[in-house]
Amino acid sequence: MNVVVCVKQIPDPADPGSLDPETKTLKRDGKLILDESDSYGVEMALQLVDAAGGGEVTLVSMAPNNEVSGLRTALAMGAAKAVLVSDDALAGTDALGTAKVLAKAIERVGDADLILTATESSDGYTGTVPEQIAELMSLPSVTFAKEISIDGGTAKVQRQTEAGYDEVECPLPAVVSVTAGVVEPRYPSFKGIMAAKSKPVDEVTLADLGIDAGTVGWAGARQEIIEVSAAEERQAGTIIEDDGESHGKIVDFLAELKII
Amino acid sequence: MAISKIWVFAEATDGKVSNNTLELLTKARSLADTVEVVTAAGGDIAEEVGSYGATKVLTVPGTEGKLLGAPVAAAIAAAIEAGNGPDALLLATSYDGRDVAARLSVKIDAPVITNVVDLVERDGAIAGLEQIFGGSTNVYTKFTSDKPNIFLVRPKSFAAEPSGGGAAAVEELTVPDLGATGAATVTNRFVEEKTGPSLDDAAVVVAGGRGLGDKDNFSLVEELAKLLNGAPGASRAIVDAGWVPYSYQIGQTGKVVKPTVYIAAGISGATQHLVGMKGSKNIIAINKDPEAPIFSVADLGIVGDVHKVMPKLIEALRSR
Repeated sequence: MNVVVCVKQIPDPADPGSLDPETKTLKRDGKLILDESDSYGVEMALQLVDAAGGGEVTLVSMAPNNEVSGLRTALAMGAAKAVLVSDDALAGTDALGTAKVLAKAIERVGDADLILTATESSDGYTGTVPEQIAELMSLPSVTFAKEISIDGGTAKVQRQTEAGYDEVECPLPAVVSVTAGVVEPRYPSFKGIMAAKSKPVDEVTLADLGIDAGTVGWAGARQEIIEVSAAEERQAGTIIEDDGESHGKIVDFLAELKII
Repeated sequence: MAISKIWVFAEATDGKVSNNTLELLTKARSLADTVEVVTAAGGDIAEEVGSYGATKVLTVPGTEGKLLGAPVAAAIAAAIEAGNGPDALLLATSYDGRDVAARLSVKIDAPVITNVVDLVERDGAIAGLEQIFGGSTNVYTKFTSDKPNIFLVRPKSFAAEPSGGGAAAVEELTVPDLGATGAATVTNRFVEEKTGPSLDDAAVVVAGGRGLGDKDNFSLVEELAKLLNGAPGASRAIVDAGWVPYSYQIGQTGKVVKPTVYIAAGISGATQHLVGMKGSKNIIAINKDPEAPIFSVADLGIVGDVHKVMPKLIEALRSR
């Protein structure tokens, strides 16, 4: 059972982001880390390979400046190897362009039985990339998985819905997006961290993947940001220190609003 | 490209059209002369969507027991190919809405503008408004390609208002052969039992976060919600930690709520959370960190320990 996991390396969410005034896109010049949303897919992949009794987990990522720090985190968790796409021409790439690049990188890995992703990244959060990869690769897909088991050549997936969940059966190979929180991502062990340093990362460019630079990056996005402005702020409210009786203020406020 | 025809992806449960859909129809008819819907829910919704301004229901047949992404996208792409497509397509940021938009974008090789909270007309085109950095910055984006404009719009971005129109005409779209892409099959549907109002409709939402300290303390949130006839919700942090299911999650990932009163208990107010609740009419926050960003949007903020304030609040409400 070979599983490919798409992972994104993002600016640390603890640092507030900013827009490049020139290009009006998110600045990505600081150190990047593994998107926490992706750690669930990595964990799920490792568990599925374990349960299958063989095979390996391969990571696929696209990042500027050959960034590998986030990949090393996932390799330390237990992934065997990675493909990293890095190319100056990728600046400004939107979700569709990202999916085009990742689909080619997954093909480069070869013989994937299952492709896992997060439901959306924490920084861009378009939530469209998993299905776009599936469509580009002419594969079936299940989004918002909260549980996955493999039965022969079929994935049995519990898919989150508005009302509860659906049980879905999907023949492999397939793309499945994993909801955050559904498994407990393991902490890399010291041994894992050391081993990760020597695990192979196949660094490739657009040319290596046979992708025309005009179909990705700024040109491929075919969108124009026509205005950036400050949003209207909420009026500041009353902030009080709890003196043991502050719950009374909440009761009064709720009464004033005729909630009680 | 002038916008004269907009399609809205209409979703329905048990024959009842979703609020998301009605919101999109309301906005669509202010932007274009012709508004039509594409749906996998069948022609029975013709009257309801007609009363919100749609003149045609384009049904996608054969979706029983299927996930909707592949068949609906293929049917829309085929209509576009045949020259019958719209200038713009609006879909809600829902489980199925995202699947359809994403598959369609590949089929017609067109980009998608996502997380839209408003749509405005600019120089004969439609621009989508996204709010970033926790909703502090407005970004308006328009398409430069001549492909149909695909917008994924966040729920509750518009108020749904009927137009008083008559029932829409029903027409069936053709679904081309889906090959492997349509192979996923729904074998069973489970509905989680819930009591009280839903997060979408509740006038009061009480949400808990990591500040509760422990999974068991989420019962404080549930109890307060029950006393106020509200719905309990959660920050992403405690959903990721496995305290409550994903369906409780409020934020960028998760639900958008706009209740009359929002009570945030032990939630710091990460930007990811703020975008899901800052449209609430009144916000009450309880958090022990005076620097917590949640206080920047609170009408009433209590700097204190949720473990002390919540039980007293519950007691006071009980004794009223």
